[in-house]
Amino acid sequence: MGHALKRSGEPPFWALFGAGGMLSALIGPVLIFTTGIAVPLGLLPARTMSYAHVLAFAQNPLGKTAIFAVIALFLFHGCHRMVHSLHDVGIRTGPTARMVFYGAAIFGTFVAMALLVRIGF
Amino acid sequence: MTAPRQAKRTIEIECLRYNPETDGAPRHQAYQVPFDDDMSVLEGLQYIKDHIDGSLTFRWSCRMAICGSCGMMVNGEPVLSCHIFLRDYYPKKISVAPLEHFPIMRDLVIDQSDFLNKLDAVKPYLIPKHETPLAAGTNVQTPRQMEEYYQYSECINCLLCYAACPQYGLDPEFTGPAALALLHRYNADSRDQGFAARSDVVNAEHGVWGCTLVGYCSEVCPKNVDPAHAINQNKVTSTLDYFGLRKLLAPKGSSL
Amino acid sequence: MSRFKPAAHTYTRTTTGWWRKNPYFTRYMAREGSAVFLSMYALVLLAGLNSLSRGEASYNAWRASLATPLAIVFHIVALAAITYHSITWFQVMPKTAPRLPFNAKMLTAGGLAAAAGCSAIILGALLWATR
Repeated sequence: MGHALKRSGEPPFWALFGAGGMLSALIGPVLIFTTGIAVPLGLLPARTMSYAHVLAFAQNPLGKTAIFAVIALFLFHGCHRMVHSLHDVGIRTGPTARMVFYGAAIFGTFVAMALLVRIGF
Repeated sequence: MTAPRQAKRTIEIECLRYNPETDGAPRHQAYQVPFDDDMSVLEGLQYIKDHIDGSLTFRWSCRMAICGSCGMMVNGEPVLSCHIFLRDYYPKKISVAPLEHFPIMRDLVIDQSDFLNKLDAVKPYLIPKHETPLAAGTNVQTPRQMEEYYQYSECINCLLCYAACPQYGLDPEFTGPAALALLHRYNADSRDQGFAARSDVVNAEHGVWGCTLVGYCSEVCPKNVDPAHAINQNKVTSTLDYFGLRKLLAPKGSSL
Repeated sequence: MSRFKPAAHTYTRTTTGWWRKNPYFTRYMAREGSAVFLSMYALVLLAGLNSLSRGEASYNAWRASLATPLAIVFHIVALAAITYHSITWFQVMPKTAPRLPFNAKMLTAGGLAAAAGCSAIILGALLWATR
């Protein structure tokens, strides 16, 4: 082989994918159950997600970190897996597809950051 | 006094046939094969070749799942044909095809050249830091050090894992399970100092990063090599290497 | 490196529909497909964060949208998908770890136990905080 193999750019995205995968594996089900099923259907009291409670959580530095971690890592995990799934079903995924998907995750991350700043302390 | 002979049952074996000189595309041909409980699928094919159709072409050698020659798709699953029995499929018919993801040369014989090139690329031999003279004696290795790589050294190059791997099917540039498992086998060997020499292959898009951990390779491996483990351990190593932190997580006994 | 040349006159088969042909692959695609639901859920949370930043009325409107039948159905499907992700994640996790001195199944069991534990802690904390 005359030419050196080019190093893949996957590692940082795989690392984010892994972090998001671990976080969502640990707390994804309970989050979806709580926010999407239990509270809306009254299995948990409605005040669990009241404006006052959630605002207080989002204004707390630890709460901000938690919300940011969940949104950002879930997005990076999801986008990494989705771009690979496109490849799996036979759709060519070159640099453009990667830019679109990871770009969406990065954009979502920045939006979350901006909103958390806007919500204040 | 011998036990009474069991009356022979018949099973239908349908083979994918392809003659490069006469066929534009593969076709199916079914055979009725008398069998008893001792017969492997390979012996069923041998019966066809010996008694029904001498033109049926397939690879085989040891008949005992150690040479790796007789890999083929049976009812859509990659298996060693000497390793599975007709009795387990009866009364359903058996559909035999050449190993998936490889070009068909003839009938059930595939072109392995791509795998052999991949094997070359991973440098599957001990690479010492310095050449030592014979007078220096043999390498010394503890049982613990041997445990680190022994499982991966069990590979018989049967290519079932390549037939199992959808990523190799989608993109044959992927180095693939067995080659990467053997790469890891040498990296993990305390007698080897070739980690740097192989890292290009590991870190490439078609190296460990071509794997999405489908895991089917490890399911079908007849020797329990667990190529999925060999590859995916090295995703961590490759990531640390990417960030210049390779030395933090050296495989035990290897040189980094 | 091409020491071995490909044979002449070979036939190359297609891989179209590969994942429908073997239940192992179909389960793999379902595992990967869970990412769609995880991403959508992250967007639901992002929308909620946006509503939260715009004040109480906006936030309550987001909460009302969560109570619609479509939203409930989505979250039930998403819960199934993410639970499948969680189980399969801990099942494959040993493959990324180095050789362990214990059975890989213990790592899987540990991971699932951790997920159950985190769920219990979060539910408990929510119940306590809103008592």
